[in-house]
This record gives sequence, C-alpha cells and structure tokens, in this order.
Amino acid sequence: MNQPKASTHITQNESLIFERSQTGRTGYRLPALDVDEAPLDQLVPARLRREDDLAGVPEVSEVDVVRHFTRISTWNYHIDLGMYPLGSCTMKYNSRLNERVARIPGFANLHPLAPERDAQGALQVIYELQQHLAEITGLAGISLQPAAGAHGEMTGVMIIRAFLDARDGATEEKRRHVMLIPDSAHGTNPASAHLSGFTVKTVRSTPEGQTDLDALRELCASNDVAGLMLTNPNTVGLFEKNIREICRIVHDAGGLVYMDGANMNALVGWARPGDMGVDVIHLNLHKTFSTPHGGGGPGSGPCCCTRELEPYLPVPRVVRDDDGFALDYGEPRSIGRVKAFFGNFGMHLRALSYILTHGADGLREATEAAVLNARVIARELTGEYDRPFNDPPMHEVVFTDKRQGRKGVNTLDIAKRLIDYGFHPMTIYFPLIVQGAMLIEPTESVGRQEIQQFVEAMRAISREAEETPELVRNAPHTTRIGRLDEAAAARKPVLRWQPEGKATAA
Amino acid sequence: MLRSVGLESPEELFSTIPADILLKDLLAVPPALSEMELLARFESLAAQNSAAARPSFLGAGAYSHYSPTIVDALIQRSEFFTAYTPYQPEVSQGTLQAIFEFQTLVCQLTGMEVANASMYDGSTGLAEAVLMAERVTRRRKVLVSPALHPEYLRVAETYVEHAGVELQRGDFDEGAGLSSFDEAGVDSETAALVVQSPNFFGCVEEVERLAEVAHKAGALLVVCVTEAISLAMLKSPGACGADIVVAEGQSFGVPLSFGGPYVGLFATREKYARQIPGRLVGVAHDKEGRRGFVLTLATREQHIRREKATSNICTNEGLIALAATIYLETMGRRGLQEVAGQCAQKAAYAARRIGEIEGFSLPYSAPRFNEFVARAPLPAAGLLERIADEHNITGGLALSHYFPDRPNDLLVCVTETNRRSEIDALVAALRETRG
Repeated sequence: MNQPKASTHITQNESLIFERSQTGRTGYRLPALDVDEAPLDQLVPARLRREDDLAGVPEVSEVDVVRHFTRISTWNYHIDLGMYPLGSCTMKYNSRLNERVARIPGFANLHPLAPERDAQGALQVIYELQQHLAEITGLAGISLQPAAGAHGEMTGVMIIRAFLDARDGATEEKRRHVMLIPDSAHGTNPASAHLSGFTVKTVRSTPEGQTDLDALRELCASNDVAGLMLTNPNTVGLFEKNIREICRIVHDAGGLVYMDGANMNALVGWARPGDMGVDVIHLNLHKTFSTPHGGGGPGSGPCCCTRELEPYLPVPRVVRDDDGFALDYGEPRSIGRVKAFFGNFGMHLRALSYILTHGADGLREATEAAVLNARVIARELTGEYDRPFNDPPMHEVVFTDKRQGRKGVNTLDIAKRLIDYGFHPMTIYFPLIVQGAMLIEPTESVGRQEIQQFVEAMRAISREAEETPELVRNAPHTTRIGRLDEAAAARKPVLRWQPEGKATAA
Repeated sequence: MLRSVGLESPEELFSTIPADILLKDLLAVPPALSEMELLARFESLAAQNSAAARPSFLGAGAYSHYSPTIVDALIQRSEFFTAYTPYQPEVSQGTLQAIFEFQTLVCQLTGMEVANASMYDGSTGLAEAVLMAERVTRRRKVLVSPALHPEYLRVAETYVEHAGVELQRGDFDEGAGLSSFDEAGVDSETAALVVQSPNFFGCVEEVERLAEVAHKAGALLVVCVTEAISLAMLKSPGACGADIVVAEGQSFGVPLSFGGPYVGLFATREKYARQIPGRLVGVAHDKEGRRGFVLTLATREQHIRREKATSNICTNEGLIALAATIYLETMGRRGLQEVAGQCAQKAAYAARRIGEIEGFSLPYSAPRFNEFVARAPLPAAGLLERIADEHNITGGLALSHYFPDRPNDLLVCVTETNRRSEIDALVAALRETRG
C-alpha cells in the first residue's frame, strides 16, 4: 500500500541551509561605516573577542534564502489552506488586517523604554484591550504581561498563592498546600501549580464527563485546599453544568477557583467566568482572539481576576489618570514581574483589532458558529465513531477509536489518514481520561461545505478501517515523508547540524 | 444549519449553561468597525507614539537594528504564520526544519552544544536557567551579578519565589563597571553564578574568570546576553566556559514593538540536554530512510510529565524564532560581523564625543560593545526630556528609571542604524542643554 512519494521534485528536497552555504556568498548590504574606524584592539581587546571567525554560520545569497524558506514552507499545513480541527487549540482564521495593524510603524518602531508621554498610543491600546477583556470575562483586574497560556496560568496560580498567604499567613503551618486539578486537565495545569509551590491532587470526572462533586467535596474537607484549577467548557467539550456549585464548594473550603481559559471560544458573548464564581482565569489571545499561532508562538496569555485579587497582579499596571495613560509600579502586594516590559504587545494589537472588527454582535455570532459547527460534527459522526459522552458538546467534541480499534486501526492511524484527505489531524490522545481520544474543534472559520467534506473524509476513513485497514495504518501517503521514527530520534537525539565528520548525538 | 442539528434558535446551542449565568444582553463592546475605520483608528493611536518617529539611542534590552526586507516578507507566508505547533511532523516539516536550523545557529553563536526551540524572551529564559541550575546541581543558592538587567532580575525573583532558590547579589566594581563575586561566598551551596555580558551598563565582563570561580566551587556559570549582536564579535560564552547561555534574540531582525513579542535563546552543554526546558527538535527518519525532523525528548515536558516537568512552558516563540533564523541566514557570517563591527565603532565614536563635552564623563573603564554609561553634570531624566522636546532625539535611558541612586547617569546605545549625523546632533544637543 506504500505509494511513491513526490520525492524527486527539487522543491521536495531542500537541504539544510548549512548544506547550501558557499564560502564568500553574501545576501546583505550595509551602508559604509560613516565614523572614523578605530583599531578593534582599542575597542575590545583580542582576548575578549571571538577566535572562530563565526565558522559554520551560513554564507548564502538573498535568493538562496528566499527559495529555501519558500520551499520548506510548502511542507507545512496551515489555516489558510483549510480546516485545522485541533481540539483545544482554536485554529481560527488569522485576519491579514490584524497583521497590517501590528506593522504600523508607530507601533512596530516603538521602544519599550520610550518615555510614557511619548508612547501614549501604545499605552492606550493596552488599556483598551484590558477594558474589553474585563467586559468579556466579567473579571475586573487584567494583566497583559504573560506571554503565553501556560505563563498566564502560572501568573494566576502565583496570585492565588500570594492572596492566601496574605489572608492566612505565610508560615508553614498556616499555608494551604493543595491545588485540586481534574483528571481531564491540560498538562500545563499541574506543571504551573508545581512551579508555584503547590502539591497537586486529582479530582476525578464522572462517567458523564463532568467534575465529580462528591469527590470534590471529599477533597475539600481538609483545611489544606488552596484552590481548584478547572477548564470550562472542560477538555471533553462539555460545559461544567454545576459550575456555580463547584465554585461554592471550593470557596466554602477557603480556596479559590482558577479557570483555564483555553476554551473561551465557546463562551465569548454568551457567558462570563466572573458571573460563574471564578476568581482568576487566563485567556489565550492566540486561540480565542485570533492572533496567529505562528508555528508555535508567540502567544499571549492575559491574566484576569476579581477586584479582590487585583492588587496581586504583575507590575507595572497600565492605568488611566488625569494626564492620560501611565505605568503604575506602586502596588506592594504584586507578585512582581513575570516578563520584561509589558507582554507581547504585537499580540495585544492584533487581539484589539479582532475585537473591534467583530463588535459585540460579531463576537457573539462567532461563538454561536463555533458551537454549531461542533454540534454538526458530533451529530454526523456519532454513527461512525464511538462518542464517550452523550451531552451536547460546546465548541469541540471528543470521539474514540474503540470501533476502528477492533480492526487494528487506532487514533494515530486515523489522524494520519486524515492528512491524505487534505485536513490537518484533530488533537489526539488528549484528554488523557479518554482512551484513544480524538478531540475535534472546527471553530467558526469553516463553512457548511467544508464541514461536510470533513465529515465525509472521516466516514471514508471509518469504511477503510473496515475494508482496507492496511491503507489507514500506513498513512499518510501524500506527504513528502512518511511517519518518522520518533522513538529512535529520542534514543539518540541529533539536535543540531554539524559539518561532515563532526556529527555527534546529544 | 441550526435545523440540521434539530434546533430552532441559537439560544438552544447553549442550553447546557445554567440560565442564571447566561448573558441576557450584548457585551458592552462597540459595534464592529470596517477595515477603513479600523485602520484610521489605529493610525491615529500610532501617531501618538511620538517616540517611534525620532532618532533614538535607547537600548537596555531592546535594540534597533536593520532587518532585511525578506525577513518580514517570508514570515508573512501563511504556511508559517498560520500553522500550529508542529505536533504532526508529516505536515509540519517546514516549521521543524526551520527550528532545527535555529537551534544550530544558536549553538554556533553561543558556542554551546545544545539549544532549544526558544523561550518567550530573554528575561523568562534567564529565570528558567536559574531553575535549571538548581535541578542540575541540587543546590539552592544562586549568586547574581548586580549588573544584570533589572527587569530580568525581577522576573527571576518572581519565578524562584516558590522554588526554594535563594538569589544573592554579587558586588560591583564602580571603577571598571564590572561585577565581582567574593570567592569565599561561592561555595558548596552555590548552584550558579549569573552574569550578563555585555552587562546592563554596557561593559564586557571577564566571563572566563567568572567561569573559573564558579567551576572551582562546583557551581554552574549562567551567561545572559541582551544584545545578541555582540555574539558576532565577542568571545562566545561557550568558549569562555559557560554552562547555560540565555539571550534575548530581538536584535536578530525583530521589531521593537513596544517590548514584544521577542524571542529567548537558550543553550547548554550536551550533558544537560535532558534538563533543558522547552521544545527541542531533532533528526528522525521514515521507513524509507528519508530525513525529517520531529519534536523530541518530550518526556521532559508538561504534557507527559505534568507536575514533574522541567518547565510549564508548552510553546516556544515559533514565528519570532523563524524571523531570527531568516535574519541570521540572510546577514550570514560576514554580515553579522559587519553589523557588530559597525555597532562597536559607532558607539566608540559617540562615547568619545560625549566624553569630550565639558562636565560629562564616562565612569567605567572596562571595554564595551555598543552601550555605555555617560555621567551628566545634571539630572539625566530632565536632560533627556529637554533633548526630546527641543531637538527631537531620544538620547538614551535615564538610569534613575531603575536606580534612584544614579540621578545623573544615562545609558546610551548606538547601532548600525544610527547615522553619524544623528550622533553629532545628540552631542550638540547634550552640549547645548548641559547647563
């Protein structure tokens, strides 16, 4: 079943830039030095200078670089090409308009240490985005400093730590140590809790895919619970119906509720974490607010919290005073800085642009379309694939490979075969509580026609699993390389290029 | 569509949300703007950032360098900027190969053996380096140079707050402008010495000597670089004996953008590869033996190790790392050397001219790269404000912003983008404004 790859074409065989390098080739030109040149030894003595003449750094022409990156770019799947249904990742359309906004010279050329009075426009952008996010989440205190979701999460958990220490006292016997995390949570949750000095205890889910209230009550019976980290809608795509009760249980036990905002695309304009009883949340501007994922960053993970927790947010805060917008470093209760300067400002611009081009109506409609699309997929695929939870899903839906598994076809195979049908695979093997999970999030950026094409591809794969399982097991067949041996790569890692004869494993 | 799933109204889509928390009204967000209106709105905001439009001598962790046109053109390809983290290698080879090239370039520039796929920025990279030093040595005391970027230090303090790591400040030689550590204090409890070079005041540290001091006590040397162009001229931290190197990569063709997004470089020795935070890309092969690239050594990471992970980081700064990669390959070996040379020459020219102004002095004797402290005969903050108003130049950073006990010091940065006429105008403005 192994079909030949399109491997002879020049664009499919672009080597590493280091392998293309030719001594003496250049791709740049600088203006001539316009000051008197001093002997280098007078500036920096030889013993402090490089001796290797930058050996190994490539020497290539401009067109070499352009062709190199253009060729390798074609080996990527991307949102502009088609549906990218990665559950929990919210791969929605990234508007070109937002890119243009971020590149306006008055923003792009602005130094972060420019005097505040000469950077009023940038401070206003941050301030306005804070205001909008406060309205969207129902939480008044906002910091845009965190650079990514996990970073915002760490910030939120540190705020909980600082608040509790101030309330209860920071001595070892007074301190609360336990952070409760559902078994369905993202791996960043326990990692962030650990980084903030908490011990993690797991809350189990019910067979219906909801947080188990009895288990939660039991865990909250101790006086050691600092809080709960909850994703809502949770990672199986269901709204936590008992969210008010969940918050009440944790609050009654003296803890705080942290919400992972990864799934806010199911809620914007329809429901607000602040109204549910949540104390602190992070958002992912690169998910819900459409800033591009960029092949893995840059993200932006604003931290939003109640008025009560606001004094603990990172400094500086961007505030409005009589003279305009200003940076406020004064809050002594702040957890401190989590990043130099003010966060990923370029992402703040794009997110503000997204909000302003959608308006209140558009934000609500986008959420509606995202949920409706997932609902259609849930309905259309339930006949072909095992769906472990019956409740209607929000913006994403989870299936398993239970039926296909009987023929020896598993989730990984189905995901790889989807590539041959022109779709990026869904999120696989997450959440961990669902065996062979396939988490599908279509977002609002796909129309009915493409949803239908996706459904048909999934049905075709299900048929193939019955009739020609080998075809699925060996997928993908249409990419320039086949499945890579990841185990071998990890056993003997090669993490950098070396000139011939110098290759070593890490 | 609604009817196809058996529903009559959009509200029914949200029936699993309890009615008492469902919003009844629209959010208080203004109505949607058209493209033209939106651009006009942002153009008018941008116009209020008057500092973006004038000659500037600000550095201090963010640097104005020329970025060849192709850098931004190539990162705007949909294939790069609208792709996700490369979890599915068969359809992500473009991103993966670019990261592998990035890791290689970072190794070459820093003189290290292993580099990751990038961190959020230099400051968070440094904080992660401190945590990694604790993991490697199982020691809890970290000695930090007082000439480290003050914001980096603040970030490290936040990160270690709950990790049981104690940060202690070293000394500062006010004559040389260099950090120093009392060797008696570098002991068997010390996990690492942390030093920035060129340091926050622009002086090139004696990194080799500091490596010896650290290693004698079995501690690691962590070297931090905020002006990464300096790596093209100065002896690499690896060659000086560093164990972990972190750098801010913004200098590699990334716009200032009011402080972000930037990209953190993170490199270490081969023997510590399994302690490194963040993503790593490695070589892999398919069944037919074709070379490809995959995310690897994932067992260090949060999605597998959860609370036992080496870090909570789950992405890198992909697109910015790509911009840096394209910049480094376009400038290439000779271009990077030329940029570094021009920076050093122009800064030396500016320092000499400013040092000649009556009442001004250059307090530090150590060699510098492209930043230096000038001591004015009057408070620097007011002086810089007047120069901005009267001469339309951002003359540098008043160090009182971070250090109230340095009222008269300003930190001046010069790069290849500052023409001689701008430097001369700064000198004239300082001379005129001095009294």
